[in-house]
Amino acid sequence: MNEVVRLESITKVYTMGDQQVEALKGISLTVRQGEFVAIMGASGSGKSTCMNILGCLDRATSGTYHLEGVNVSDMSQNQLASIRNNRIGFVFQGFNLLARTTALENVELPLIYAHKDTVERHERAQAALAKVGLAGRADHYSNQLSGGQQQRVAIARALVNEPAIIMADEPTGNLDSKTTIEIMGIFQQLNRQGITIIMITHEPDVAAYTGRNVVFRDGGIISDTLVERPVVAEIAGVTA
Amino acid sequence: MMQLLMSLRIAIRALRVNKMRALLTMLGIIIGIAAVIAMVAIGSGASKVISDQIASMGSNLLLILPGSTTSGGLRSGFGGTPTLTYDDAKAIKAECPAVSDVAPTVRGTAQVVYGNQNWSTIVMGSTPDILAIREWPLVSGRNFINSDIDGATKTCLIGQTVAENLFGDADPLGKIIRIKKVPFTIIGVLEAKGRSAQGSDQDDIIFVPLITAQRKLFGSQFPGMVGAILVKAESSDALPRAEEEVNVLLNQRHRIGPNKDPDFSVRNLAEIMAVSEQSAKVMSMLLGAVASISLVVGGIGIMNIMLVSVTERTREIGIRMAIGAKEGDILLQFLTEAVLLTTMGGLVGIILGIGSAFIVSAIIGWPTLISFQVIIISVAFSAAVGVFFGFYPARKAASLNPIEALRYE
Repeated sequence: MNEVVRLESITKVYTMGDQQVEALKGISLTVRQGEFVAIMGASGSGKSTCMNILGCLDRATSGTYHLEGVNVSDMSQNQLASIRNNRIGFVFQGFNLLARTTALENVELPLIYAHKDTVERHERAQAALAKVGLAGRADHYSNQLSGGQQQRVAIARALVNEPAIIMADEPTGNLDSKTTIEIMGIFQQLNRQGITIIMITHEPDVAAYTGRNVVFRDGGIISDTLVERPVVAEIAGVTA
Repeated sequence: MMQLLMSLRIAIRALRVNKMRALLTMLGIIIGIAAVIAMVAIGSGASKVISDQIASMGSNLLLILPGSTTSGGLRSGFGGTPTLTYDDAKAIKAECPAVSDVAPTVRGTAQVVYGNQNWSTIVMGSTPDILAIREWPLVSGRNFINSDIDGATKTCLIGQTVAENLFGDADPLGKIIRIKKVPFTIIGVLEAKGRSAQGSDQDDIIFVPLITAQRKLFGSQFPGMVGAILVKAESSDALPRAEEEVNVLLNQRHRIGPNKDPDFSVRNLAEIMAVSEQSAKVMSMLLGAVASISLVVGGIGIMNIMLVSVTERTREIGIRMAIGAKEGDILLQFLTEAVLLTTMGGLVGIILGIGSAFIVSAIIGWPTLISFQVIIISVAFSAAVGVFFGFYPARKAASLNPIEALRYE
């Protein structure tokens, strides 16, 4: 299988005042097409920093990062914005939908910045909403939706540009256990369709739904194990 | 184009969320633009009045004043000593081809009596050309003819103010009034002309034949002399030529040698008019400049609110950036919002400015002149204010770090 992500000797050093903090100490990580990876670790372990670099929101201090074989380590901010727009879909803990904006418009947002025309935007956003089972809620404003529904809109937004990977940062952190299962079910279903997903979580229960667990501690990777038999989430209200 | 349209939609939505705030922010621009428009309208209205009034004195005019004679080392100022005569006027008319009309004048004030009414007014002795020069038609009766002047008939033309004060609604034509106790027959009534550039009532006047005025009314001190000669050139192009011809002729007639001071002066009313118009223009520019200060204050208000808006929407900016908005996209979005604010404010300001100009002209009676040009400039200027004062906040938004923006609470 193709390598989607290839990190080599990535370090990240933050300068805080006159102190230098090494958040990542030369990590290397490869993620193949179609994997569902959970990145785990306590806060301060470097997992969020790694996530930011993987998501092209931040650049490593040293080391190289190939995304789909392309070296993105030295790209400019605007080039990284394009990569984020086309190749990466984000799902955040706090949903991060635009307020006072309909579900459909939220999902259309990446396509706007990709300069797609109105008709294509509509069709693709509707299709993405259908994939997460919210076809009927397209016209609802984000504040009229429940937490689980909001997160599903966010997943649809992440999907709409057909990205190489979906980066999910504690996607179930703000959700109750029932909704957590629901969201994990959607991720599993998308993963079965061949979409690569990298998810940050500190909950082993949630990591159990994935196919591979990478554990961070003190800026390094301390374990990287395949999950023998991932827990299958009961899918509720999702139409494939 | 599509980006711009998109930014516009986002901006409209953002403004609708905070309607009251948008309105208050716009108010600064509204007041600024309205003030500029109203002030410039009032200013240019005033300047038009001035040029109209100057034009009402007659166009293409030269004013010849006597004066500045040197006698025994004592120099008198212009107009101080009468040195011009009726013959000078006749010679100008006869010998200067660039001149079309010539009117020598003497003037003074006199008490005028009709029946039991009396009125103090300006009495001006002149020749038939005076009405052509002043571009002053009659409402009834006839102008002087040359024999009225040479024969020193006791006839007169009266202005509207005099007619109203002596006769009320009655027809003055053919009536006999007494000027300084001398009886004069009214042969004509002048049209109303309104106020002069200096604010005096031009209709408060009586014209009498020049010779009559010299002999019967004011002629005692310097017999045969005239107070001033008004000369009308054939056209505005002929004006400099007429001035030259008059100077040469009068120098010759008054035997003024080269390098000697003439005992008269020729003034070009077009120049006086140009100066007055210039000062009116400066005035209206000054009013506009003062008003545009409020526009700048309004612009600072826009900047202030845009900065608040950027801070409030830090998270939104972070989301947009994570999703793939480039710096340019964010910059454009906030710039569009600022320009939308100022342009909308500008449009409302134009309406308000035109309205208040009308109200001012209705209440105070000042005429106002709203030029299309000023409106176009105002719209462009308000948009420019938006770009100028919106740029810094937009720049600030675009340069946010997406990670920190996403984390912003």
